[in-house]
Order: sequence, then C-alpha cells, then structure tokens
Amino acid sequence: MTLEAILSSAAPSPRLQRERISRRRRAIDRVWWIACALSLFFVVVPVLWVLVSITAKALPHWQWSVFTENSTGVGGGLLNAITGTLVIAIGTAILAGCVGIGCGIYLAEFTPKSAIASVFRGAGETLAGIPSIVFGYCGYLALVVGLHWGFSLLPALIVLSLLVVPYIAKSTEIALHQVPLAYREGGEALGMSMPYLLRKVVLRPALPGILTGIILALAISVGETAPLIYTANFSNSVPSGALIHEPVGYLTYAAYTFYDDPIPAAQHLAADASLILAAMVLGLILLSRLIVRLTQRYAPDRHLRLSRSERRLATKAANGGGPPGR
Amino acid sequence: MWHRAKSEGTRLGTMMNNRLVDMTSGVSPRRARFQRVGQRVIVYGSGTAAVLPMLGLIGMIVVLLHEAIPAIRYNGFGFFTSSLWTIGNEYGTPVTSGGALHLPGEHYGAWPLIAGTLESSLIAIVVAMPIAIGAAILLVEKLPKAIGAAVGLCLEILAGIPSAVIGLWGIFSLGPFLAKVVYPALERLPNVPPLSIFHGGFVSNGQGLLTGGLVLAMMIIPLVASTARDLLRQVPTLTKEAAEALGMTETESFMTVQARWIRSGVIGAAVLGLGRALGETIAIALVTGSVLKLTPNIYGSMTTIAAAIVTQLDSAQGDPTGFAVRSLAEAALVLMAITLIVNVLARRLVRRSARATALPVGRESR
Repeated sequence: MTLEAILSSAAPSPRLQRERISRRRRAIDRVWWIACALSLFFVVVPVLWVLVSITAKALPHWQWSVFTENSTGVGGGLLNAITGTLVIAIGTAILAGCVGIGCGIYLAEFTPKSAIASVFRGAGETLAGIPSIVFGYCGYLALVVGLHWGFSLLPALIVLSLLVVPYIAKSTEIALHQVPLAYREGGEALGMSMPYLLRKVVLRPALPGILTGIILALAISVGETAPLIYTANFSNSVPSGALIHEPVGYLTYAAYTFYDDPIPAAQHLAADASLILAAMVLGLILLSRLIVRLTQRYAPDRHLRLSRSERRLATKAANGGGPPGR
Repeated sequence: MWHRAKSEGTRLGTMMNNRLVDMTSGVSPRRARFQRVGQRVIVYGSGTAAVLPMLGLIGMIVVLLHEAIPAIRYNGFGFFTSSLWTIGNEYGTPVTSGGALHLPGEHYGAWPLIAGTLESSLIAIVVAMPIAIGAAILLVEKLPKAIGAAVGLCLEILAGIPSAVIGLWGIFSLGPFLAKVVYPALERLPNVPPLSIFHGGFVSNGQGLLTGGLVLAMMIIPLVASTARDLLRQVPTLTKEAAEALGMTETESFMTVQARWIRSGVIGAAVLGLGRALGETIAIALVTGSVLKLTPNIYGSMTTIAAAIVTQLDSAQGDPTGFAVRSLAEAALVLMAITLIVNVLARRLVRRSARATALPVGRESR
C-alpha cells in the first residue's frame, strides 16, 4: 500500500467531507420543515376540533325552540340569553362607540401637546392589558354594591364599555392617521368649517377602520363572561329594558354554568349556547372581512367620487387608449 | 424637523389654531356663532371622551385599593407566602383583630393562586411560542396564498371564540383525550431532570395544570402567530436572496436573516400574550379543576387568581363582615399589578424593536 493510499483512507477527501456536511445540512433542513408543518397542524387542528365538537355536541339535541322559549333553570330555551347578549353587545357598542370614537378623534386631531396624547394613549394601553375579571370585580364593588344598583344592565354596560373602549379608540386613531394630509388642506382651502370638514372629508375614508374596531368590540362583548357574571348576573326572563335593579341573562353564562347541571335538558342548553356563540363570532369575523373587502374594491371611487362613466373614461385614458372620443 | 412638522400638520386641531384668516367671514353672524359652537362641542366633547378611559382606570385602582386596604393590613405579607385560603367559621361571631372585622378562623394565603397563575402562563408561553412561530414560517415561506388566507381565518376564529366555549371544549373533548392518550405516554418518558416534570398521577378527566396551560397556549397562539406572520412578510427579499446566494439552506437563512428580523417583535407579542394568559378566567376556571391548593405535579388540579375570583365570590358573599370580598379585592390587585408589569415590559420590547431594526440592510430597498 502506498503512502498516498494510507493517507487518503485515514482522512476523507475534501470532496467527501463537503458531501457529508451538506448531507447533514440538508437533513437539518428537512427536520426543520417537518417541525414547521407539525406546528401548523397544531394550530389548525384545535380550531377545527373546537368547531366540530361544539357542533357535534349541540346538533343531536337541537331544537328550534331555543329561539322562542326562555330558560327555566331546568331546561326551556335560550330566548332570554340571546336577547340579553344582543342587548348587552349593542348597548356596549353604542356606549363604547361614542366614547371610543371621540377618544380616537381627540387623540388623532386635537391633542394640544403630544405629551398629553401619550398619557391618554398609555392609559388606554394599560386598560387593554388589565384582565377582564378585574373589570368585573371593580364593577361589582363600585356599581352593584357601592351604588346599590344591584345586578343589572347598566353596570354590565359600563364595565364592558371600559373594557372595549381602548380597542375602538386605537382603531379610530389609526384610521384617522391614514387619511392623507391633503384632504384636510383641500377642505380648508375650500373654506369648510371644521365640523363640516371632519364629518364630510376626514371621517369618511376612516369609516371602515372605525367600523372594524366596533365589530371587534361587539365580538368581545358577545364572548366575555368574566366581567358580566357579577355585574349582570343572570335572569330567566327577557330583559325588560330596566337599566338597574334587574339582572340580565346572556349566552356565555348559560354555557359556563348549565354544562354540569344534573338535568340533561340544561346541559343541552349549554351546548346550544356554545354553538350560537360560535356562530355569532363567526358572523362578526366574516362581517369585518366583508367590510375590508368592500373598501378595498371601492377604495378609489370612495375617495375621488368618480361616477361610473368618469371612471370608465379614466381607465381608458390610463390604458393608453388616447383621448376618449365620442 | 420636516417630519415633525408634517406629523403635526395632519391634525385638524393645529390647523384650527394656526388659522390666519377668520373662516367665518362671509357668513351670517348667526351661522358663524353656530359654527363656533359646533367646533367647541366637537373639541370639548372628544376631549371628554379621551379623558374617560383614564378616569375609569384611576377609578378602578381607587376602588380596589379602598376595598383591599383592610385586607392588606390584616393578611400582611402572609398573603403571598401562606397556602391556606379559608373563609373560617361562617356562623361564628365576627371578631376584630389586626384592624379589621372578620370571621373567626378566617385566613387568606394566595400563594397557590399566584403560583398557579405563573405556572399555567409559563406552560402556555413555552408551548405556544414554537408552535406559533413554526406555523408562521411555513405559512409565509412555503404555502400558497389561498391556504395562507384560510389559516388566517382559523387564527381569527381561534382568537374570537369565547373563552367559555373553549373551556367547555377543554372539559368535554380536550381533557378526556389528553388523559386517555397523551398523559399516559408523557408519564412513560424517562425520569431524567427535564422530563421528570411529567411524572406523577393524573386525574382521569384530565382537568388540571397542564390541560389549563395547553388551553391557554391555544389562546395565545393567534396573537403570536399573526404577529410573526406579518413580520416575516416584511423581511426584505434582497436580504433573503443574499443568504441564498451564500449557499445557505433555508434553515440557516432563517436563523441568520428572518429570525433576527422578527425577534423583538415576536417577543413583544409573546409577552402581550402572556399578559392575556395571566388574566384568563373562565376557561381556566372550567378546565383546571378549580382547587385552591398547590398542585403536587404538572397534572394536578389548581386554580389561578382570576379563576379564584370568579369561583370564590359566591361563597365570599356569605361572609357577613365582607372581609372575604376584601381579600378577593387584594387578590385582584395583585393580578392587576402582575399584568401591568408584564404589559409595560411588552411595550418596552415592542418600542425598542420599532426603533432599532435587527439588520442594517434592507430597509431602504422597500
């Protein structure tokens, strides 16, 4: 055996070595992508599992009377809870919508100094970080017990509004910041008064963003349980419209408490409530997507306000069709 | 300087203040007055709206403090170290000690609650982070746009499903499945330090710490995954191409380019998610067994501060002296403090990530 052969058998040639390294690197790459695929699996499967298991639990005993009968504690329907959820969600959207949109407008347009704006903004962010049960507990202490309002609608609305105002304010502020400076300048150049300018020029293109924020608020108030248990409590009758001294029923409570009821009819109500809740949230998600889709499609004419014929002419001109002749 | 001027100029307020010409000239005095009133209503109205959230925040802190101070005085530091939470003799004659009227034998130690809160959130973040990031990577780098949109919808649904519904799913589907299939397998892992946490008995319905942590992880995943996805989409193609030109595999390219680009943003999102996990109430109250004790192992029943508030207030109302309610207020205060610290931390991380980009190249190429 020659010296050369011995050497080459002891130390692998550079080429072999390179090949081995590259094989290792490729193997790592493959493991990496498998891990990524697995994690996507673990993201998607639970979602489908939740949806399927909710449906599978509710459908076998599904009765359309859930929409027409009140719950009785041992069965019945969910009319009171559905109405209660709608009343609470819409009331919150109105109350928090007014405050949140005002807050967003002030932060985006009128704050005299940026230091003040950052204090307000910080308060909002802090509020958004506080657990919802703390809101509920404070509402219980201050409004239900402190002001002797009892378990009722108004404390629930106030607590939920406080919970969702930061989201609405944030989305309003962002939407207003995205409205170009030129719009305001143009409006001012035309001699518009500030309220008119705000209403007709600045708020219009910001509307989709604001609406998305309100839909998020609706979704949160439909889905929350913790802030409501000790402010609205629960009631087996449809809300009469009284703001205080009358408990209000809602769906998440039905899901949270009826599930371990010894009576099967009540357990079925919990499953039905989950299904209705999931459907409501799904509907809201689709609604917000629809808004985004629509505004994207109609964005140019929203801002420029071209009529259909004008738009056709504009596209013709843009496509190099020359001056549009008759 | 110009940038600043521009950002100031986009606001109606500055325009209104800097107005050189009286815009109301040329209209009738009545109309002019009407317009001025309208301006004032809008500015002061929106200003009031802007103050309200802050007032609400201050009000909440004041209410909690006012309610909790007697409890803080009586419970003392033992609130954080003691493990016994009992309402005492509900039918006994109330006694006054430590400056507070309370029932005989009443004792509040929140250590199990605090520990449970931290443990479950820790599990959640450890499980959620890799899954969320891995899914985001696959979504951005490999999958077609249509699947990306479908997964995006999944994430939105996951974020939107009410926690009570997730809790019910945890009780009826996830818990039993884990107890039947996953936990026995975990228990059979070798008993060496990192894996030995999986040793110990579990309950057959699967309600406990690990189940709670996993449910929390599910609730954090949408937040982290969507942040990671959005950040990964912003990574400049040029830098990625440079990595490929150097002969890096996709894994290596990710570690050197994308990982640094998304790092601080994703950590910020994870800490925000942690804040959410710390405060999650209903799902935890449902799937962890809600026992006011320290869990002996990772499978055991436990509870968190938030879940304890919601499950204990009913019995606390039975305390005629109101001291139990005060102690719960103290617990709520502790929870609020923990989440506030976590949120401040998150904002600082996110802000830093916004200020300094991870890579010196690429930002201009957009």
